[in-house]
Amino acid sequence: MADLNDQAIFEKVRSIIVEQLGVEENAVALETSFEAMNADSLDIVELIMALEETFGIEIPDEAAEKLLTVGTAVEYIKANS
Amino acid sequence: MFLENRVALVTGASQGIGRAIALAVAKNGAAVAVNHYPGQSDQADLVVEQIAMAGGRAFPVAADVSKRPEVEEMVDSVVKRFGSLDILINNAGITRDQLLLRMKDQDWDAVLATNLNSVFYCTRAALKWMLKSRFGRVVSLASVVGVIGNAGQANYGASKAGIIGFTKCVAREVASRGINVNAVAPGYIRTEMTDRISPQAQDELQGTIPLGRIGTPEDVAGAVVFLVSPAADYITGQVLNVDGGMAM
Ligand SMILES: NC(=O)c1ccc[n+]([C@@H]2O[C@H](COP(=O)([O-])OP(=O)(O)OC[C@H]3O[C@@H](n4cnc5c(N)ncnc54)[C@H](OP(=O)(O)O)[C@@H]3O)[C@@H](O)[C@H]2O)c1
Repeated sequence: MADLNDQAIFEKVRSIIVEQLGVEENAVALETSFEAMNADSLDIVELIMALEETFGIEIPDEAAEKLLTVGTAVEYIKANS
Repeated sequence: MFLENRVALVTGASQGIGRAIALAVAKNGAAVAVNHYPGQSDQADLVVEQIAMAGGRAFPVAADVSKRPEVEEMVDSVVKRFGSLDILINNAGITRDQLLLRMKDQDWDAVLATNLNSVFYCTRAALKWMLKSRFGRVVSLASVVGVIGNAGQANYGASKAGIIGFTKCVAREVASRGINVNAVAPGYIRTEMTDRISPQAQDELQGTIPLGRIGTPEDVAGAVVFLVSPAADYITGQVLNVDGGMAM
């Protein structure tokens, strides 16, 4: 179960996704894939850059390629910030 | 005025074609950041003053556009000052002419850095903002030399042909985001860059221009204004030759 910290990260990530991809908040869950939200390659790049900026981290390309779902992104941020 | 509420950055805008472009976009309502080489602000200040006197908005911004950190600082300062960046005109450029066998590494490197690396740095930095606002117009100054070649300008021609390839690739990358990326390829335009050519060579050159005259910076500025205007909303990834018919 997600602790409060996880939840806080998730909510921030979700709000970035909502803004960036123009999807409804309730369409974004941990297991949702970016593909399912119709994100194209440029969307993903913009998303990664927004995450980097928001959380003050660097996400190298090799890591970014593996972030296929909202949950993997949250995990990555938790482990690296 | 169709560029009202738009913010434009023109590189190398203290003289020549860049100056004419800065004045022309300002005249159509855009707020203009007038980029100039660090340490040489007098002419840029004059351009800013001229725009202000005509009722427009402008400010000078120093940066050597061949240096990434300076470019990023410049773009940030434009956004801080005017709140956005909608139009980027990659105009700064130099020549170091020499026949290839006599061309020095420094001549090659300097021209590629100033003419082509600058376009990469400036466009990348500007796109960050344009992607956020889902609007942007990028116009880069290529050259007829990048299209049909010219003896003694292998470095320059390579940089300008590079701009054309860059333009087409980036146009495809960002087309879905309301960002249009085009190039203008001037022919022989009277500026300080071409004043260095000998009078005899100038006469000969003029003979090769179908429209029979040397171009003016305003000829080029007119094409640039067209490409950033709503009239060109459906145009991207193109090279517009403004050369009196030299290349056709
Ligand atoms: N004139 C022509 O016939 C012709 C033809 C085809 C294409 N073009 C292209 O059109 C563009 C403008 O040419 P122009 O004839 O107006 O040339 P110009 O009169 O020599 O002006 C070039 C401008 O770029 C600036 N600049 C050079 N290096 C810079 C740098 N590293 N950082 C910032 N600014 C820099 C110069 O500033 P400083 O003077 O302070 O160095 C100058 O203000 C160039 O890209 C050129 O290749 C010109």
